Amino acid sequence: MDFLGEHAPGLLPGNRSLPPVQGAVELPHGTTIVAATFPGGVVLSGDRRATMGNLIAQRDIEKVFPADEYSAVGIAGTAGLAVEMVKLFQLELEHYEKIEGAALSLEGKANRLSTMIRGNLGMALQGLAVVPLFAGYDTDREKGRIFSYDVTGGRSEEHGFAATGSGSVFARGSLKKLYRKDLTEQQAITAVVQALYDAADDDSATGGPDLARQIYPIVTVITDEGFRRLTEAEVSEVARSVHERRLEEPDGPRASLL
Amino acid sequence: MSTPFYVSPQQAMADRAEYARKGIARGRSVVVLQYTDGILFVAENPSRALHKVSEIYDRIAFAAVGKYNEFENLRIGGVRYADLRGYTYDRDDVTARGLANVYAQTLGTIFSSAAEKPYEVELIVAEVGSAPEEDQIYRLPHDGSIVDEHGAVAVGGNSDQIGSYLDQRHRDEMTLAEALGLAVESLSRDNNGGERQLTAEQLEVAVLDRTRPQQRKFRRILGRQLTRLLSAESSAAAETEESTEDSASADTESQE
Repeated sequence: MDFLGEHAPGLLPGNRSLPPVQGAVELPHGTTIVAATFPGGVVLSGDRRATMGNLIAQRDIEKVFPADEYSAVGIAGTAGLAVEMVKLFQLELEHYEKIEGAALSLEGKANRLSTMIRGNLGMALQGLAVVPLFAGYDTDREKGRIFSYDVTGGRSEEHGFAATGSGSVFARGSLKKLYRKDLTEQQAITAVVQALYDAADDDSATGGPDLARQIYPIVTVITDEGFRRLTEAEVSEVARSVHERRLEEPDGPRASLL
Repeated sequence: MSTPFYVSPQQAMADRAEYARKGIARGRSVVVLQYTDGILFVAENPSRALHKVSEIYDRIAFAAVGKYNEFENLRIGGVRYADLRGYTYDRDDVTARGLANVYAQTLGTIFSSAAEKPYEVELIVAEVGSAPEEDQIYRLPHDGSIVDEHGAVAVGGNSDQIGSYLDQRHRDEMTLAEALGLAVESLSRDNNGGERQLTAEQLEVAVLDRTRPQQRKFRRILGRQLTRLLSAESSAAAETEESTEDSASADTESQE
């Protein structure tokens, strides 16, 4: 980023001035991202809907990206800016790794992302916020970790599970009842798909699994073997079984009262 | 005021070339060769931290011999060039040809500028394609010229001898273990015909593997994996020992 700033400052997201605007701008927004850890790794997943005001701008947008081999970012907020930020973030991690001959620590990556979000604060205050969720496998501590952010770049580590975006309130509520510390990888995947289903159920800006068009959430898993994105067939199986159960119980699995 | 002695441009250039060549010849060699699934880099390098072979971009790698600070400088320049290109345009727009041109310009300018000493380095820039025919290997000598290479190439101290040894024995469609065996064999030959034993600890091995599912095709072969590959080759070589010995003795005869 420093190198880019010196040599091609025009390419940096923060270095472009914005025209003054009146009121809210209507641009595509990404919506719900959820993450959950399990022993041995972390699952990061996102829905596929981008909205523009009350319109659906895109049904099959992708909001979860690998940052490098052992981490991934899910983005909520203004889609265009977020994608650009992720691109620069990926570049920085890779660049650092190649120049130094060793990858950044997971904390280091999380801090770097924090600075980048802070750099976008001016835009965020004009309504163009980007709020990512960062998840990765910490090769030193040998576990999956999740970091969430606010628009000012404030970073906080989340233990267990986290969600961001407009549907995050519902997703978090859903995960709170479903999450256990000893989930297997497959169970964690099911839990995040359930959470996205619940988010889509109550938030109009979050898209549920679209069985007719074969559009399913993006589910990624990061373990000590690195980043892996589940194939469409794998996700469709989970999404279909969740959907099947919901035909009988529309509100999803019930937690015990006491 | 003292008048400087006249030195003809030919003489000046020859002196500079001589200086650079001597510097390069002091170091150990690096060999680069194609195999079925990609391009293999083998360097004799006891250090684990100071690399002679490194990744530049998705499909591009870099190998160098000579002065460490000089080629490290060029490597960092190359990574910056590639990353900036890829970020501005697209990952596919970063090519070995473009990178080799930048290196040639840099080396050429430094070589012919009177103010600086020429770089004592020789580089290889290689790009792995989706099929062996699309692989590209460029060799960049100290003076900024570019040589387009195919099959196998050696740079560094003993490069002429190693190069001809490789050329005679390299063929297309070698497996990784075969190619590695050949590379190690060629590196372990001394100037005076003797052989040294090179162990896994003395070797730096990396590949650009086109079958790798990730976008970044560069992979170092380290530790156990390297030992396994080396022993796989030596057991296979033991079977063909006789035939190679025959050809080796034929070689020495012809040299005499």
